[in-house]
Amino acid sequence: MEQLLGFAVPGIPYGCAYAVFAVGLVLTYQTTGVFNFGYGAQAYASAFVFAWLVDGHGWSTWAAFVGSVVILGPGLGLVFDRFLFSRIASTNTTAKVVTGLALLVGIPALLPVVFSNENLVGVPSILFAPGTVYFHLGPDVPVNGIYLSAVLLAVAMLVILVLLLRTTSLGLEMRAAVESRRLLELEGVAAVRVTATAWAVSGLMAGLAGVLLAPTEVTVQAQDYVTLMVAAIAAAACAAMGSMTVAAVVGVLIGVVSLTAQGYLPTSSFWYSAVLPAFPFIVLVGALLFVPRLRRLEQVQDPLSTVDPPPPLPTARVRGREIDRLVHTAFWLLVVVFVGSMLTWMPTSWETVLNQGMAYSVIFLSVTLITGTAGQLSLAQATLAGVAAFSAGQLARHFGLDFLAGGVLGSLAASGVAGLLALASLRLRGLGLALMTLAAALLFDVAIFPAQAVSGGTGGIQLTARWLPLDLLAPNGHAYFLLVFLVLVVCAGAVALVQRGTVGRFLAAMRGSELGAAGVGVNIAWQRVLAFVLSGALAGAGGTLLAIQQTVIAPGEFNYQLSLAFVVIVVTTGVGTVEGAIQAGVGLVVVEQLLQYAPQRLQGLAFVLFALGALTYAAHPEGIVELEKRRWTERAERLLARRHGASATAAVTGRS
Amino acid sequence: MLAVRGLTKSFGATPAVVGVDVDVEAGESVGLVGPNGAGKTTVLNCIFGQLRPDAGSVELDGRDIGRLPTWRRARLGVARTYQRLEIFPELTVRDHLIVALRVHRGGTRLWRDLLGMSAPGREEIAAADSVLVALGLLELADVPVAALGLGVCRLVELARAVVAQPRLLLADEPTSGLDEQETRDLAGLLRSLQRARGMGMLLIEHDLAIVEAVVDRVVVMDLGRVVASGSFDEVMAAPAVRRAYLGVP
Repeated sequence: MEQLLGFAVPGIPYGCAYAVFAVGLVLTYQTTGVFNFGYGAQAYASAFVFAWLVDGHGWSTWAAFVGSVVILGPGLGLVFDRFLFSRIASTNTTAKVVTGLALLVGIPALLPVVFSNENLVGVPSILFAPGTVYFHLGPDVPVNGIYLSAVLLAVAMLVILVLLLRTTSLGLEMRAAVESRRLLELEGVAAVRVTATAWAVSGLMAGLAGVLLAPTEVTVQAQDYVTLMVAAIAAAACAAMGSMTVAAVVGVLIGVVSLTAQGYLPTSSFWYSAVLPAFPFIVLVGALLFVPRLRRLEQVQDPLSTVDPPPPLPTARVRGREIDRLVHTAFWLLVVVFVGSMLTWMPTSWETVLNQGMAYSVIFLSVTLITGTAGQLSLAQATLAGVAAFSAGQLARHFGLDFLAGGVLGSLAASGVAGLLALASLRLRGLGLALMTLAAALLFDVAIFPAQAVSGGTGGIQLTARWLPLDLLAPNGHAYFLLVFLVLVVCAGAVALVQRGTVGRFLAAMRGSELGAAGVGVNIAWQRVLAFVLSGALAGAGGTLLAIQQTVIAPGEFNYQLSLAFVVIVVTTGVGTVEGAIQAGVGLVVVEQLLQYAPQRLQGLAFVLFALGALTYAAHPEGIVELEKRRWTERAERLLARRHGASATAAVTGRS
Repeated sequence: MLAVRGLTKSFGATPAVVGVDVDVEAGESVGLVGPNGAGKTTVLNCIFGQLRPDAGSVELDGRDIGRLPTWRRARLGVARTYQRLEIFPELTVRDHLIVALRVHRGGTRLWRDLLGMSAPGREEIAAADSVLVALGLLELADVPVAALGLGVCRLVELARAVVAQPRLLLADEPTSGLDEQETRDLAGLLRSLQRARGMGMLLIEHDLAIVEAVVDRVVVMDLGRVVASGSFDEVMAAPAVRRAYLGVP
């Protein structure tokens, strides 16, 4: 018993941290209808500013607390509500998830740019002193300030929020606003005020959680908050996003069970090295598969949603013939100039950058297919790219197989993994599917990719010239450019053909209405599996190309954070079109390269820029590039119409 | 053709449909009427596989289709329109019909897409356009449905349902949200399409004038049970129907 307590008690602060975040996620979902992926980033922002004020500027602990928690926390919530989420209250889950992801990706990248890029250490506690042992639960089971702070915070948050939601009229109005803000307005309630209050409360809780949990780690790092979020998501999913009490209890259990198992399992065992780190994700997968209410989250619809205007159609489908001809001519001209430049005068450094951009573009085409065409939100595309790259690497290493042939087999493996993922997620839609794919990505990150047999350990697999034909690793040759260009053209053409073909029509039907598509006989399950399989192949092809370009295949190159960033980046440029994926790939590397010339603290700004772009997804789901394209097309068509009008008038005048 | 026997469905402790029997013969038009909450749409959802009944059977031409998914029932010749529109906003009017035709003709092979061989063929376009002409939609064939009004979208949904020549059409309040003229026009179209194509039809409709004009036989439901069945005049005279609609004892 003594030993059990000794293992379990250190899990309590972790469990309470998961519980605090899980309760925050459920609160935000219940009061705003948004599964806020950015919650961890909000907590990190408050903790970062708190540490920055105390550590860097000598503020007193309580003054910094007021600034970072009481002011910044609700302030961030209000800003998110006013400028982002209030504008997408009645839109689909994809818009809400993408907006949350943009915050998750953008905020941690933005803070070091705005404040400083130093590691902030030695964050003080505003409750109990972290190092002080206050009492013992047994002779060898000390309870220190970290334990006490975590437990007190978790219990206090839970009680306050449950009382707020269940016993106050504000809580009732918040829950009603989730169903339909517009119906709530019809009842005479200022829905804007209600949801703003909900976001302010949620922001305050995030800030409080961030600052109180900061002393548990040596430095304030975004990664810790994102990791906390993942376990919290599992706990919130077990509660079906409905019960804060269940979410808190599961959160604590995840922490305690993890640490207890860690104490008992032999450190050299498979269970210790692979299963234990994946425990929260296994819980998440279990919840997604076996909690029926999670499958029904998508069925809640605003009864007044039909008054919303329909989304705009892609410019390519609505522009006039004359503009269409001009655009096509300009496009082919651009392709010729681009290829000519790459083969002649382009400096090697820029050729490398653009090659990398094209490899990313191939991966991004998988996002275009799965999200833009099939309407399914996958957060595991980088993982699928990694599956192909590691497969090709291991086939080359153990069987001496040519890396390109291995890449083809690896892409098939990625297709297989994607297909299995789709089969496991057949009953899930929108948010549930996003979470399932995220869990899969995390499982690969902690349990599969780091394994010696897969990646050869943390160092990864180093590519050698003998694995590659055509002198692809030669730094000054154009073989790699020609390969990546060819693959990009083939993949882009394939995606465009699929979009225009029967499968594309079926997927468009499915995206518009699954009920309606099934009603005319479309096998939705098969179409989803097919879309996942094809997107897996594309991601695999891109992953293989990226591995060749980087000459090393390391687990960190294909982690879940990249998957999240990929979605954010493609959505920014345009997730519905092939050119959107290409612009995203090339745009990402070009922006990163240009930022190399900027001061060091600005060099992490690329993700911030794309995150800002993704925040426009709510208002313009077609992407900002597509939006600008439409505006320019409209201008050009007006200009042409004026010219035609003028020439027609001249002709009439001449005749008369 | 369609034989529904002892259909029962509850939502939690609330019985929505209890022991309902409904028959539709080939080429017959049957109205399913009743006050709000009578269980009419639940019956349609169970027939089409969008809900799984707790008990009872659904047979099409003697074949038990009760365990088949919706898409399989659709491919067996059952089509449906919905009370709340279920259209594909980004597709054009003609593409709605092409999707339905492709499903039924089995032209869904990926390799055809990848070889650029999936453009609608002459035959497909002719089949789609014949329905569009019948419903007065030909001029809008290339317009994305997102740009159309509710009345036209109802017609698109109907066109999509009938283009593949179904044997049975389940029409759930097809005139919902339409004005008086649109309602009359749609009723006329429904009747003429049903007769011209010889398909069976199960129509849910609140407007009894439309029901009288369109159907051969009426089944009346109240509180999840069938309370009357027969010709329009017979059921309207039935005391149980008067009770259900007017509360008259």
